[in-house]
Amino acid sequence: MLDRLLFDGAVALYVLGTGGFLAFLLFDRPKVARAARVITMVGFAVHSASLVARYVGDRVSPAASLLESLSFFAWAIVGASIVFQTRYRMPVLGAFATPLSALLLLVASTSGDAAPPPSGASGVWLPVHVGLVVLGDALLALAACAGLMYILQERTLKAKRVGWVTRRFPSLEVLDAVNVRSLTIGFLLLTLGLLSGGIIARFAWATITWWEPKVVFSVLTWVLYAVLLHGRVTEGWRGHRAAVLAIAGFVAVLVTLVGVGLFRVGGHTV
Amino acid sequence: MTLVLLGVNHTTASVELRERLAVPEDRLPELLASLNGLPEVEEVCALSTCNRVEVILAVGAAAGADCAVRRLLEWRGVEPDLVAPSLYRLEEAAVARHLFRVASGLDSLVLGEPQILGQVKEAYAAALRARTAGPRLSRLFHTVFRVAKRIRTETGLGVQGVSVGHAAVALARRIFDDLTTKRVLVLGAGEMAEITARHLVASGVRDVTVASRSAERARALAMALGGRTAPYEALAQAVGEADIVVASTGSPTPIVHAGMVADLMRARRQKPLFFIDIAVPRNVDPRVHDLTNVYLYDIDDLKAVVEEGRSHRQREAGRAERIVEEEVEAFVRGVRTREVVPTIVALRRRFEAIRRAELARMAAALRDLTPEQRKAVERLTEGMLGKLLHAPTATLKRLAEEAEGSLYADALATLFELDRATDAPRGREAASERSAEATPIAARRGQTA
Repeated sequence: MLDRLLFDGAVALYVLGTGGFLAFLLFDRPKVARAARVITMVGFAVHSASLVARYVGDRVSPAASLLESLSFFAWAIVGASIVFQTRYRMPVLGAFATPLSALLLLVASTSGDAAPPPSGASGVWLPVHVGLVVLGDALLALAACAGLMYILQERTLKAKRVGWVTRRFPSLEVLDAVNVRSLTIGFLLLTLGLLSGGIIARFAWATITWWEPKVVFSVLTWVLYAVLLHGRVTEGWRGHRAAVLAIAGFVAVLVTLVGVGLFRVGGHTV
Repeated sequence: MTLVLLGVNHTTASVELRERLAVPEDRLPELLASLNGLPEVEEVCALSTCNRVEVILAVGAAAGADCAVRRLLEWRGVEPDLVAPSLYRLEEAAVARHLFRVASGLDSLVLGEPQILGQVKEAYAAALRARTAGPRLSRLFHTVFRVAKRIRTETGLGVQGVSVGHAAVALARRIFDDLTTKRVLVLGAGEMAEITARHLVASGVRDVTVASRSAERARALAMALGGRTAPYEALAQAVGEADIVVASTGSPTPIVHAGMVADLMRARRQKPLFFIDIAVPRNVDPRVHDLTNVYLYDIDDLKAVVEEGRSHRQREAGRAERIVEEEVEAFVRGVRTREVVPTIVALRRRFEAIRRAELARMAAALRDLTPEQRKAVERLTEGMLGKLLHAPTATLKRLAEEAEGSLYADALATLFELDRATDAPRGREAASERSAEATPIAARRGQTA
């Protein structure tokens, strides 16, 4: 039960970090933001330990159940946000990524325990498939966070107000750069993840069940992001439109990952 | 040694008086050297801006500061009676408080204006160059810079702009990340255009193009800003190539239209475009602001932003003042801790001298000891001294932070007949004592940082 203890500890730390970030944004206290960042990092370490304990101790991979994969998803979001916060010097990203992870973990902890994965789909391919998709989704989540911040900052500028919350945000240019960087990497990982899923289906079940909701939503999500990236390259869809589409794409990701998983329809358990 | 600050500022002295007292930049080294040559003046720094003239000194005796002022007044040819009513004189903690407030813009005519910090830094740098700033002033000024930075990051005192030009730069920074790679187009070559463009150049913009109906004035302004000119007839093309457009022509009707900008945005693949329209009547069609990735602020918008910033800064000033008080307390604690160091050093030296004298006295009796035994005797006596001195040293350092800390130091000096002046730290031992003393201050910095 060590892993459960660590898991609960991570949830508590993320919730605490969320409170700190909210205080930072609403009451303009940078010191609290620094504390929230440290708390989030400690939470990330505890969370990492819980994943290791779960995998090494109980031999339960991140691909085993919705709880497992959501926990892995939240972990990847926090990890990626820590990297981006440092790289782009935008601590405020944590104010979006940490609450999102806390929320995902809270949802995860209410869902049931591990169900056995579909027969025949064991071996190395399943963790690879789930790992790639979830990491990709985590980066797409960051793209959506950057998109949301972009829209808030843009609205402030369009409304011609000082905007006491958004003045702690980076410039539109940086937010757009974060958006495109996380989108590109996320899309690449998602593509590889879906391909590996196809390989599992091909070899484990000899056929791809295209009508399964999870598959349908995954492909739709992929197409949405493909269109967005294509528009970005060819039509110059940047700034506002890129931000809106990044958020829309992430909603599709959530539906695919959580929604479909929660209702347990089809052969995918996660 | 005492810190003293003497000066006049915009609230105490008229502009005529400040002008007469102001120290020309090229003559500052001469003044610093002259003041530093006075007896009792150990370190000196001078801050001279259009709103204040101040001299900060570390003096052996307080009278030294008054000599310095007399010297300054003589040097500028101002009668002392003229200055006396405007002159303020601060000592020790009050100096720190005053400089914290000055550097963070709390004492400025325009609350929270950012230039003053640069001016304070420049004043300190000048004193360093003239070799008139020693350890005392260096410690003071480094604290001042840290406090000013803390106030800037923790409060909204320096937020947005204090003027239309500042507001324009602050807005540009919300749209663009790195202004050094951005292209600015200035339409019109009037004074307002120049002021705004200069703000942008000061913030890192390197690529400036000027387009004006009068090619001659365009050339003059481009030269002044280190930029190029563009033909006024090819306005649309110039706008399409720019990231920031400053418009201030005398045209009675808009010269930049929404349809034109919409076409340009498609051609430039939605690269963001920021219009600063400071012309009256306006040069840019207001509907331009409705286009995606285009931002248009006219002069009234900028003034509103400045006004909103001003009221916010006034609210934030209270928070800044609290930080100042907190830092003054920490500063005073640091000074007091350092003040007891000579006593501790003297005490250690006194004990060590006794130990050596006693060992020397017993040299004959100890003669037959083996080298190991001799070492053991050394260690024994050293260990005893260390144990005996540990508690008083630690307690004194702790009490030093309180107001009555110096009383304990004085009592110790009397009881042990310490001469703190001649026993003052010298050489290696003193150096190690200094570094021991530096630790708690560093730790405290860590807490407040």
